[in-house]
Amino acid sequence: MLDEKQLKDTVLAYVKNEYIDDEDEADELTADTPLISGGIVDSFSMVSLKVFLEKKYQIQIPDSDATPEAFDTVSKIVELVKRFKGE
Amino acid sequence: MAYSEKVKEHYQKTIEEIRDGGLFKEERFIHSPQDAEIKVEFPEGSELKELINMCANNYLGLSSHPDVVKAAHEGLDSRGYGMSSVRFICGTQDIHRELQDKLTKFLGTEDTVLFPSCMDANAGVFEAILGEEDIIISDRLVHASLIDGIRLCKAAYDSFKHMNMQHLEQKLEMHQDKRIRLVVTDGVFSMDGDLAPLDEIVALCEKYDSMVLVDDSHATGFIGKTGRGVHEHFGVVGKIDIITTTLGKALGGASGGCVSGRAELVEMCKQRARPYLFSNTMPPVIVAAASRVMDIVSGTTERRDKLEANTKYFREKMTEAGFDIRPGETPIVPVMLYNAKLSQDMARDLYAEGIYVIGFFYPVVPQGQARIRTQLSAAHEKDHLDKAIAAFTKIGKKYGILGLKKKELIEKFGL
Repeated sequence: MLDEKQLKDTVLAYVKNEYIDDEDEADELTADTPLISGGIVDSFSMVSLKVFLEKKYQIQIPDSDATPEAFDTVSKIVELVKRFKGE
Repeated sequence: MAYSEKVKEHYQKTIEEIRDGGLFKEERFIHSPQDAEIKVEFPEGSELKELINMCANNYLGLSSHPDVVKAAHEGLDSRGYGMSSVRFICGTQDIHRELQDKLTKFLGTEDTVLFPSCMDANAGVFEAILGEEDIIISDRLVHASLIDGIRLCKAAYDSFKHMNMQHLEQKLEMHQDKRIRLVVTDGVFSMDGDLAPLDEIVALCEKYDSMVLVDDSHATGFIGKTGRGVHEHFGVVGKIDIITTTLGKALGGASGGCVSGRAELVEMCKQRARPYLFSNTMPPVIVAAASRVMDIVSGTTERRDKLEANTKYFREKMTEAGFDIRPGETPIVPVMLYNAKLSQDMARDLYAEGIYVIGFFYPVVPQGQARIRTQLSAAHEKDHLDKAIAAFTKIGKKYGILGLKKKELIEKFGL
């Protein structure tokens, strides 16, 4: 069983480390900050996020589900991981 | 009619949106050969204007060099105009082999194969050498043509923050389970003119068993002591597994590109790279002229030395004049303005002053990073540079930006 808070914290930390250079901006990022529509993550770089999630949580996210919408916030990503974990 | 009103309106609307977004690109008609001074018709139908060209990739000033033009004529006379074939059917002449050998020697690699352009080389190389068990790890700011090639390939993809070696190491560590790893970077990044730290990248790739691909299009011919490229600059000649580069910039500027590197990888491109297999061979006239270019750059460093001196002079004088010049050593010299409108207004005013430069803004560069990108050439004489610096200074005064740094520029003009 996944601990939802831990999952959210892990994804949030990954996104901050992966896509944000400025510390102030990192502090402002929340689970509901739009990542792709907000211009923080471009749709091509999103691939590395998918690779990370698949590795870390041992899941396979089909391309048809790995849409910019489904990856747009940390909260949505958490939902996606839970869905593919069967939870 | 298949091209219905509805379809037509769709395209008209899209074009309008491009215009409204300030992203509409217009051609300017040049009525002279490419050089330090050119004659330009712009807007269409207007009188010709003589300008100092500060935005060509003509780094070595070889685009209209008499020896190169002569070699093109000779190639045309001795080997004809076209080949009407792809390379492997009946499109490879002795001069194609000769040019490939010269590139191999110059770049310090094992073998080379020509492509119709470096865009084609980048589009074809990944699919030819990697499969779905492999991974490509690229710098986030690599050129669009590399991104396209990566997209066409079945290998997994990951990226690292621009020139961030710690981040690259994390990624290499994370992907140790893959069959083959390939790290991809530009040698010189074309918007900022910064150099990828190839010594550090090679060291990491050795530690984590990864190949390296460098697109050295904005470096071949002039970066490094004898102009071999960024690998020479960082002392890693012979350690780059794949170099892709172009004949369309410093090396004569006509067209054509290549994949140069490990013999097996070049062979794989000949067997599998689709632009090699399905696109026409490079025409004899260009091959002959490019071959002469390789003789010039292999024989003397005179032109790259002049370019280096021009670069140093222009960078120093522009910084002294009070412009916010991104530090560096390449002939790509960005004059930072941050505000998109300011970059367009200043480029327009400089055009009126006889200086041809282009203002770049989002999405070509990141948001809030608008600049005028100037490019130096060995074709520039000191007089050209002094005129350009004087015009920049005049226009800089007009907008009150001389001496202002990033923070002050943003305060004054916004982002």
